[in-house]
Amino acid sequence: MTTPLLRVEDLRVHFFLDEGLVRAVDGVSFDVHPGQVVGIVGESGCGKSVTMKAILQIVEPPGRIVGGRILFQPDSGAAVDLTRLSPKGPALRAIRGAEIALIPQEPMAAFSPVHSVGEQIIEALKLHERQWRPSGPRLSRAEARSMTVDLFRSVGISMPEERIDAYSWQLSGGLRQRAMIAMALSCRPRLLIADEPTTAIDVTTQAQILNLLRDLQRRHGTAIVFITHDLGVIAQMARYVVVMYLGRVMEQGAVEEIFHAPKHPYTRALLRSIPSVNVAPRTLLPTIAGSIPHPLGRPRGCPFHPRCPDAIPGVCAERAPALRPVGSTQLASCFLYHRDEAVEP
Amino acid sequence: MTRYVLKRLLLLPALLFLFSVTVFAIVQAPPGDFLTTYVATLASSGSSISAEQVEALRREYGLDRPIWVQYLKWMGNLARGHLGLSLEYQRPNAELIGERLLLTIVLALLSFVFTWAVAIPAGIYSAMHPRSPIDYVLTVVNYVGVATPNFMLALVLMWGAFAYLGMSVTGLFSPDFVEAPWSLARVVDLLKHVWLPAVVLGVAGTARLTRVMRANLLDELNKPYVTTARAKGLSEWRLVVRYPARLALNPLVSTIGWYLPALFSGSLIVATVMNLPNIGPLLLRALINQDMYLAGSILLIYCFLTIVGTLISDILLAWLDPRIRFEEG
Amino acid sequence: MSVLAPAVPLTAEERVSVASSWRLIWWRFRKHRLALASALVLIVLYVVVLCPDFFSTQDPEATDARLAFIPIQRLHVFDGFRPSPWVPDVAGRRNPTTLRMEWRVDESRRIPVRFFVTGYPYRLLGVVPTRIHLVGAATRDGRERLYLLGTDRLGRDQWSRLVHGTRTSMTIGLTAVTFSVVLGVLLGGISGYYGGPADAVIQRLIELLQSLPTIPIWLALTAALPRDWSPQQVFFAITVILSLVGWTTLGREVRGRFLTLREEDFVLAAELAGASQGRIIVRHMVPTFLSHIIATSTLAIPAMIINETSLSFLGLGIRPPAISWGVLLQEAQNIQTVALAPWLLVPGAVVIVSVLAFNLVGDGLRDAADPYSQ
Repeated sequence: MTTPLLRVEDLRVHFFLDEGLVRAVDGVSFDVHPGQVVGIVGESGCGKSVTMKAILQIVEPPGRIVGGRILFQPDSGAAVDLTRLSPKGPALRAIRGAEIALIPQEPMAAFSPVHSVGEQIIEALKLHERQWRPSGPRLSRAEARSMTVDLFRSVGISMPEERIDAYSWQLSGGLRQRAMIAMALSCRPRLLIADEPTTAIDVTTQAQILNLLRDLQRRHGTAIVFITHDLGVIAQMARYVVVMYLGRVMEQGAVEEIFHAPKHPYTRALLRSIPSVNVAPRTLLPTIAGSIPHPLGRPRGCPFHPRCPDAIPGVCAERAPALRPVGSTQLASCFLYHRDEAVEP
Repeated sequence: MTRYVLKRLLLLPALLFLFSVTVFAIVQAPPGDFLTTYVATLASSGSSISAEQVEALRREYGLDRPIWVQYLKWMGNLARGHLGLSLEYQRPNAELIGERLLLTIVLALLSFVFTWAVAIPAGIYSAMHPRSPIDYVLTVVNYVGVATPNFMLALVLMWGAFAYLGMSVTGLFSPDFVEAPWSLARVVDLLKHVWLPAVVLGVAGTARLTRVMRANLLDELNKPYVTTARAKGLSEWRLVVRYPARLALNPLVSTIGWYLPALFSGSLIVATVMNLPNIGPLLLRALINQDMYLAGSILLIYCFLTIVGTLISDILLAWLDPRIRFEEG
Repeated sequence: MSVLAPAVPLTAEERVSVASSWRLIWWRFRKHRLALASALVLIVLYVVVLCPDFFSTQDPEATDARLAFIPIQRLHVFDGFRPSPWVPDVAGRRNPTTLRMEWRVDESRRIPVRFFVTGYPYRLLGVVPTRIHLVGAATRDGRERLYLLGTDRLGRDQWSRLVHGTRTSMTIGLTAVTFSVVLGVLLGGISGYYGGPADAVIQRLIELLQSLPTIPIWLALTAALPRDWSPQQVFFAITVILSLVGWTTLGREVRGRFLTLREEDFVLAAELAGASQGRIIVRHMVPTFLSHIIATSTLAIPAMIINETSLSFLGLGIRPPAISWGVLLQEAQNIQTVALAPWLLVPGAVVIVSVLAFNLVGDGLRDAADPYSQ
């Protein structure tokens, strides 16, 4: 197997609030291989966005990475542990935007409203100039501008010469997200983090954006970590899926395995709740019993046990299960599959 | 936007007319007129003036005419660019006001520069390091700064300088330069003296501005576009200055409109305490002595400065924020 | 306890969900320690406002040129280890060259300070005739020499004058803001609720007033007050003048609130239920922003106090013989005098403390009233 481009190991991000400690991410591990599309799926508040922010070290205080490693494999040399780099230091800043780029959730608010869209992309180009073009003359403004126009064209923005001077609030939601993708791709990153890039957009545009991302991914071979709560999107986009719940990975594996042979009760419940055209009309959509607990009142043991139909009494409420292989590519953290661990050592 | 500014400019004369009526009504309001106070002042100093002489003077100054005639006379003069004659000084008002107005504006502008030069960096620092020791110190200083009337600050500084340094920090010039004509040396002398009143005048505003800047910036720092910019790999300082600080500044710029005029007005009290030769003390004296054309002209100048200040801030805001610029085409 | 009181104590969450909005505001306000302490300061100041004479040690008007510029007699709470308050005596000596009395603190002689002593006669709360004062000097020869904050150039006791000045200045702040609130809510309400021509007129009026240079206009207006008006008339006039501009900000805010509230479903619901206009405004609309108005008004008081102090300091506000903080600070206008008697600046410190207290309480109230505004 190739060396992973990104390896997240037992990542823990905690928020130190006045009201108490919130373990937003509590032991998350997964790998992203070059050119691979990994989907991270989970309900809101499960820590998927925080995980992504942690990779770039842009978790806002009072949140802090308190444990784990994030190994990133640069073009040459040994892997770097991103958690060891200073969040404000130049080493990490050279990776942000240039090696790992982010497509944020809300394209509406993700652009500064007082700078034109083009300006903000040109800034990124100039900032990482020496990384995407190690030699050659300094980037002139005209050149940066024409590059941005090309970028706009490649993400399917019509009339790029005019749009480049537009402000984000003058563009439609779809165009805004395309511009955002153009910015993320501007410095040819090797890993793209797309944080629910289609949630704030209407359905038809959603499909276009997804097609665009898939197309670009194939053309450039960029690895993508795709965060969403929409299992349908995951099925379309990803090869590999990570299912998260309350800051922990419940199950992960190749998309076919997860969708056809889900192991973890949470994944099963999640898949059952997808509306399907094959179901007889007027039947109730199955839902997951109970509701997501308050972040401050996280259950002990396996976080899913209060809502789990298969919870083992006296076990699941006591200790948290570790992530163990349950299939060829599949891993699950559930005592149902490794009962040997359920007994107290 | 251009249309908006034009509309404002067209409204300017109408507004000035309204203000002139208001101002005239106010300076006319005290019972009696300049001569009544003049006679009273003379009487208190032991000399006197005959009733006929008073009547003659009253006729000469036109104080016996109906109020509206007096108003029209004043307006007629103003329209021709004359500010009228000071009854007390027996000199043209323009001459009395001229240099003092210049000094008033210099003082206000310097104070303004001080305020922004201190408050904006301080506010940015506080917002970038909330709950740090320096943030706490700044917060305390700001609260006290806002709570201190500027004349009080002036008094304490003057007392401190006098009692402990044996210095007099009043006035804007050294004794040699008070009556001297303008020269480079006089400007230098002015700059040596003007900074202290400018600081005194600006402290409360600085404190307020720091607090607002801190609060605005803290709001902006949570916005998604900051995350985007950070994810782009910008350094923290450059990022803050380029994006959220600029957005946090916009609402502040719109306050310049009232802040500059407030400085003109505020300098009135500081000037009286620190004995500065600007139009503040002149107005005070004119009001007390019912030197109504002088007082009226000064008040009208204040009104004019206020309107111009508001206009400037409108233009600045539109220039800074494209969202407003595009609104009205 | 009520019969209907639940048998089981409510959980914290349940308590929050059944608490009235005022109770919630109080709970949030309680968390601001500084605001709470400041509220205490304000309460003390307003108790002083109620009966300044009780807190005075001397008649604030009594002048005696021989007693001019007596320095502060520092109050000591313990005599040795015994809690028995005392102040050092002062000794006067006539300067042979200037022929003026010069006073020094004489630490060797102690004047015991007692509570509830008999002093000059006054009426408690303006009704009950009495001679009892909170503190006073207990001297054997009956001559009172207690100058907690020294005396001014006319030999008047500054502590007693400060206490009386507090009454004027604190009251003026409160009344001027009350006027502003009444005007602001009334005109802003009309403007926002009815809209149309009334709105246009009121909006233009607000714009006009806001583009007036406030301090010069205030000065001109106060200068226009007839010299022969009684202190009460002057007091009233100053209050009106101060609130003339003060209401505009609040008026704008109230108008904005009414404009948004008019579109709210609960207002429509009340209209459909047949509630009268007056009832809709008073019962349904005003309560939604009342707490906000209270916070804003609290934050407006300090400006009023500073303005009154500044005007009086320039000799155009409250006039002697009435006493206000600004009038007291007039004594400190001459720097040579201040160098001789620095305690004349003490009223300034009181101004700062009270303004600070109002600002802190106002900030606390605002945060408690709408925690999501910031």
